[in-house]
Amino acid sequence: MHDGTIKVKGLARVEGEGGLYLKIKGGTVVDLRLEIFEPPRFFEALLRGRSFSEAPDITARICGICPVAYQMSAVHAMEDAFGIEVDGPLRALRRLIYCGEWIASHSLHVVMLHAPDFLGYPDGFKMAKDHPGIVERGWQLKEAGNEIIALLGGRAIHPINVRVGGFYKVPTKRELAPLVERLKWAREAALELVRWTAALPYPEFEQDYEFVSLRHPFEYPFNEGRLVSNRGLTISVRDYENQFVEEQVPHSHAMHSRLIGRGAYLVGPMARYSLNFDRLSPLAQDAARTAGLSPVCRNPFRSIVVRSVEILHACDEALRIIADYEMPEQPAVPVRPRAGMGQGCTEAPRGMLYHRYRLDDEGLIREAKIVPPTSQNQTMIEDDLRRFVQANIGLPKDELGLRCEQTIRNYDPCISCATHFLRLHYDRE
Amino acid sequence: MGKRRKPKLAVWKFASCDGCQLSLLNCVDELPALAERVEIAHFLEASSAVMKGPYDLSLVEGSITTPRDLERILQVRRVSKFLVTIGACATAGGIQALRNFKDVKEFVSIVYARPDYIETLETSTPIADHVPVDFELHGCPIDKRQLLEVIGAFLIGRRPNVPSHSVCIECKLKGTVCVMVAHGTPCLGPVTHAGCGAICPSYHRGCYGCFGPKETPNTASLSREWSRLGASEQEILNVFRGVNANAEAFRKESDLHARRND
Repeated sequence: MHDGTIKVKGLARVEGEGGLYLKIKGGTVVDLRLEIFEPPRFFEALLRGRSFSEAPDITARICGICPVAYQMSAVHAMEDAFGIEVDGPLRALRRLIYCGEWIASHSLHVVMLHAPDFLGYPDGFKMAKDHPGIVERGWQLKEAGNEIIALLGGRAIHPINVRVGGFYKVPTKRELAPLVERLKWAREAALELVRWTAALPYPEFEQDYEFVSLRHPFEYPFNEGRLVSNRGLTISVRDYENQFVEEQVPHSHAMHSRLIGRGAYLVGPMARYSLNFDRLSPLAQDAARTAGLSPVCRNPFRSIVVRSVEILHACDEALRIIADYEMPEQPAVPVRPRAGMGQGCTEAPRGMLYHRYRLDDEGLIREAKIVPPTSQNQTMIEDDLRRFVQANIGLPKDELGLRCEQTIRNYDPCISCATHFLRLHYDRE
Repeated sequence: MGKRRKPKLAVWKFASCDGCQLSLLNCVDELPALAERVEIAHFLEASSAVMKGPYDLSLVEGSITTPRDLERILQVRRVSKFLVTIGACATAGGIQALRNFKDVKEFVSIVYARPDYIETLETSTPIADHVPVDFELHGCPIDKRQLLEVIGAFLIGRRPNVPSHSVCIECKLKGTVCVMVAHGTPCLGPVTHAGCGAICPSYHRGCYGCFGPKETPNTASLSREWSRLGASEQEILNVFRGVNANAEAFRKESDLHARRND
């Protein structure tokens, strides 16, 4: 395509409402915008005046796909503000419910939303006609993740059991037992999914990303760690706002993030994987190697394999947590609110999710800041698109358009999350 | 079946979190059968294949918060034989309706560095404020079994069988001990619409009203009971100003406590 415009009005198979505008003139991309017209919902503003204890339930409503991530970042930020440490089985249960969300969210994306791009289907339903086993396995994997969330959280979407300090109620060892058989099946299914996705046809395309994710001394990161990158960044979560800034742009209701003095960066499965390959379970490492995935992955189209490896790791980790679990005496540690600032950063399925709250001495929220993964990736998505289109400018318009959509779906973008995160200034009340 | 046309199902999204649409995708065991019987004609979260309307059944998620969506919902109504709203956003305005209780102009200018880039209405309102709605399914999120009941009912042309009693009845049916009576935990169950299966009390927690007000709720009486159990005016105000803040019964009760708080 030499000259012309590609407009995608409603991006499909992504969470939320977005579009794409691309203009080519004289064989060169002259304008390219990932447009986000998801209506803003002002979460950072409506949290003001609410109790610290309401933050997990309110912020969960930002995203129906990854509510656990919001709950986790919220409780960690509050515990940081109050100087509380949650350890032992309560900490393990948090990792377990996060495993459930990764499994459910990744399985939906890999099989139902992303795989159809590689095989030329408009959706997973049509794909099921020719690949019934693959799609059925994907649904069942997703269901296995949902079962973990529902058991620990009460329900799969917007779980109700997470609170600052721990949980409202914790399961007995026996109550967790039924998950084991299901997860053993899921682990095998994930192993096959890694093999299957690795064999899909990939465009040759690599980018020299700056990857950013949490890194923990000995675990693959969910809830804790330092923020690191492949270009030497290594900071505590407390220093997040000294290193990262967000900017508002006219064509989007979401903020664009960048590293101060360095520019765009990438968060999410590829970043996590490439920075933490050595922390994956041995089974997940082997599966990745056998599937031909090197310990650093720079081809965003192969993120579908990386997600599958993370599903496998999450199944393995969940089984390990259940095997080691001993029911704690109390479902939560005591919480005493105090005035101050608290920060939390955890790894949502789509990448790191940062929360900061300023609280008064009764524990009421005076200021809130939330930075979701998709708004951090937005600049990178546009960058990928620009380079991909430029490199494939000879493709016919329709095919180029489809490839652009696939490039966006490489990120599993959650547009519902990315919207409405605009910097909240000091409360004037 | 044979040559009979499959009914067309459409799913639409307005201001929301996607969770209620996801409830449809969580019907793992039923979806294949559903996909056999209906044409999934417009469901952007799941498919890039879009069929032209009119649609036999439209499921609408989300609330109306922008000038563009005011127009879009009229269009959706025009192309839909039946229109069913799903979830707290579509039926009551959702958590984002908390803006309805603030001075929005100041609110927006406090929040945005560049308010001129943003188009938004002063309120978040339910779908039924703008177009006729054939059925409202409550919940934040909706319950997937109730969703299947509603879809099934409309496809065969009967009213959905969705109970309108309170969460209390669900606790009794489950045999869950009353958290309010036994543990003195404030609970919104007595005035909240059934549907979730009384999850919170079975996790030793009070209900916080995800399914909105039941029919004829006695919110004033429940507020008195909360006070007796030690809840502050602020706590009572906040619990009614949750995901269903803009539902009439909850809004009126919260306004009362807001005035007392002033």
